[in-house]
Amino acid sequence: MRVVVQKEPFDLGAEANAFAAADTGMGAIVTFTGVVRDLAQGDLDVMEIEHYPGMTEKALTRIATEAQERWSLGDVLVIHRYGRLAPGDRIMMVATAAPHRKDAFEAAEYLMDYLKSRAPFWKKEITGTGAGWVAAKDEDEDALTRW
Amino acid sequence: MDVLYFAWVRERIGVPRERVETGAQTVAQLVEELRAREPRYEAAFADLTALRVALDQDLADFDASLSGVREVAFFPPMTGG
Repeated sequence: MRVVVQKEPFDLGAEANAFAAADTGMGAIVTFTGVVRDLAQGDLDVMEIEHYPGMTEKALTRIATEAQERWSLGDVLVIHRYGRLAPGDRIMMVATAAPHRKDAFEAAEYLMDYLKSRAPFWKKEITGTGAGWVAAKDEDEDALTRW
Repeated sequence: MDVLYFAWVRERIGVPRERVETGAQTVAQLVEELRAREPRYEAAFADLTALRVALDQDLADFDASLSGVREVAFFPPMTGG
């Protein structure tokens, strides 16, 4: 398992290739990448991501460990950025390896659902007209009940 | 103990962390103590349903005990991913 919290951009292709090449016993690799969206229709200048150093790594490691306990998985990778990002920038990625695709897909969805509401990150949108914190959505909290 | 604030909680209180000497037994008691201090705390803690708390970097409830706790953090619901 690898959990990375960093300010710098990451290379999605290089990360996915290295992850996929690490274990030839895995028949399925699923990757998901989150990208900064311009919800304010061309107005978003910066997405500022704040996190809780220490708790962030602890929470992500716990979520990844739980995924490995629930599904038949090989390795798990989580990379999440913080700091100032621009529209189009990649915020985070998860990758799961499994002998079969169902485990890889489900584990990736589980990681994403928990990462949204249980990893201590907060997003602030800075636009031409001001700045505001992105509110948590009820549907993100509700998504946890299916697991 | 160390008390940490994140996102708009940090902005309303005006500092990211501070040292607090308290006899509070629970998180809820600590919140009441802080609210009584100054209007900026009252502004941050006005609606507890909009807040989450972590004790020593684990999520907890507002009725949780502070016994042995070194670090308390208050923040809005998380928005990762």
